[in-house]
Amino acid sequence: MSVTKLGKFAVIGLSAAWIAGCSTTATDTDSSTVAEDATSTEQANETAAENSDQAFGAGQGDAMTSVIVEEDVATNDDNGMDSLAGVETVFYFDFDKSIVRPESREALAKHAEYLVSHPDARAVLEGHADERGTREYNMALGERRAKAISRYLTIQGVAASQIETVSFGEEVPVAFGHDSNAWQLNRRVEIRYE
Amino acid sequence: MMLKKWLSILFSCLIFIGSARAQLVIEITSGADQLLPIAVVPFGYDGVDALPEDIAQIVEADLARSGLFQAIPRSNMLSMPTKESDVFYRDWRLLKSDYVVIGTVKKLPSNQYRIGFELLNVLSQKPVQKHSSIDVSANNFRDAAHYISDKVYELLTGTRGAFSTRILYVTAEGDKKAPLFKLQVADADGHRPQVVVESKEPILSPSWSMDGRKIAYVMFRNRRPNIFIQELATGKRQQIAQFRGLNGAPSWSPDGKKLALVLSKDNNPEIYTLEIATQKLERMTNHYAIDTEPSWEPDGKGIVFTSDRGGNPQIYRLDVNSKRVERVTFEGELNTRARMTPDGRYLVTVQKNNGNYHIALQDMKTGRVQVLTETYLDESPSIAPNGSMVMYATTYQGKGILGVVSVDGLVKYRLPSADGDVREPSWSPYFK
Repeated sequence: MSVTKLGKFAVIGLSAAWIAGCSTTATDTDSSTVAEDATSTEQANETAAENSDQAFGAGQGDAMTSVIVEEDVATNDDNGMDSLAGVETVFYFDFDKSIVRPESREALAKHAEYLVSHPDARAVLEGHADERGTREYNMALGERRAKAISRYLTIQGVAASQIETVSFGEEVPVAFGHDSNAWQLNRRVEIRYE
Repeated sequence: MMLKKWLSILFSCLIFIGSARAQLVIEITSGADQLLPIAVVPFGYDGVDALPEDIAQIVEADLARSGLFQAIPRSNMLSMPTKESDVFYRDWRLLKSDYVVIGTVKKLPSNQYRIGFELLNVLSQKPVQKHSSIDVSANNFRDAAHYISDKVYELLTGTRGAFSTRILYVTAEGDKKAPLFKLQVADADGHRPQVVVESKEPILSPSWSMDGRKIAYVMFRNRRPNIFIQELATGKRQQIAQFRGLNGAPSWSPDGKKLALVLSKDNNPEIYTLEIATQKLERMTNHYAIDTEPSWEPDGKGIVFTSDRGGNPQIYRLDVNSKRVERVTFEGELNTRARMTPDGRYLVTVQKNNGNYHIALQDMKTGRVQVLTETYLDESPSIAPNGSMVMYATTYQGKGILGVVSVDGLVKYRLPSADGDVREPSWSPYFK
């Protein structure tokens, strides 16, 4: 399968998954799906990149299991991306807080403007936390920050369907010290276009 | 023979993929006040070729690591008997040793080894454990040694030993900006590490099924978190949760039928249970706050979890039947990631006090809280199946390492890795 082709299929899978996700909100009980990797012992040791192809194949015909996007191929063609040249894509937060800082507003307004004028553009908001506190709680905290940015964008008219929020918790720091400087740099949300 | 069955089941769980170089090393930092003196005499061997492991040394290290025993150094031993009839009890009384472990290794024609051992009481001059033996292959010497340690520990403390158990943990190696994440499994003493899965994307929250055959964990794929279940013996893997948003914190129910997990597909993080056979998902919490880090109580009737519904993160208990929620922790600036001891008596949490994160123990009967650790940025506590020790992740000299502390706070040791960061320990149940 060519790389571009995989990217397209994946986007279709994503939108289907989004719809499925919405339809489950009304009920208390629903069923998730299983992608059974019939992996042999060696296959379980493969890298993430190899995995994606396999998971995609296994999930074909089932939207929930095909939410797989190759990160390096899914970037939109740069139609109009020029208008975002030089615009900040990382937004910082206070400790244990998820309030959008005033200094973030100008850049966020530009991202909102771009998304409104490019309804096909999709932004992934990736939330992060510093190393303090427990890992799964930080996953929740990172998501809360990504959602704060998401709300800011939708208030400015961006369609909710253009935005996805994901959290990395404390798993992907950009600064590696154990001090307040490093922690500040790690408490962030990054905007990534797909 | 029951013992044989036990060993064969244990070993059948141990077919893994790949092998890791970086072994965890034990550094004991403090022990209990009253140590029981014991001598573990080098085991006799009449063969010619070298043995794969020094059984007595492993047993000695196991007992010392429990923090309850003090081993008599070999260099002080006046004799090295290998059977009870050769033991001069007077010699051991002189060395102030209360107990003596002796044993033999014999090579069998089948390429197996027969390992015999006895535990003797120096004061009564009688065996506590009469001669008993196990047959193992060269690859299973360490298992035989841990089995002997378990026996000795149980006979002398009344508590089942946990030396034959294993630990799961995650390492991050190489370039800090693009590390390689490895989920590994090793003996409880850090030996014989094996890679279960590796990825360039983060892996976290490993959790054992109650029979020790399966694990669940969170692994990112294509920059999104997913929950997987994997059978250790075969490597067979199932992707069980891949919703929009969070897919996290899997925890196996005591009956093995369900997973508790965290999803934010309905907007914010909530606790769900997933029936594994039917894939039936049930939402257990409903609150606009963060609800996360579920962990089943040993009887399966309740789930403890972290919530910031009261302002700061604290531990709450969810009744599985009624879904009623009540707050459990009140001391400390915050409490997160609770785990309950197998007897249900104590709750272990990560507690923040004056900006420091430590492992704390709350007595569920009296409500008394004791901070167990004084290390830096402690997290991810996991309790040994006999309830004696808590393993946790901490930061030492700028590196992520594993620490262990006894539930009374007296015994402490570290398990640093030779390279890279170690985190997210998960102590296995007993292998039945």
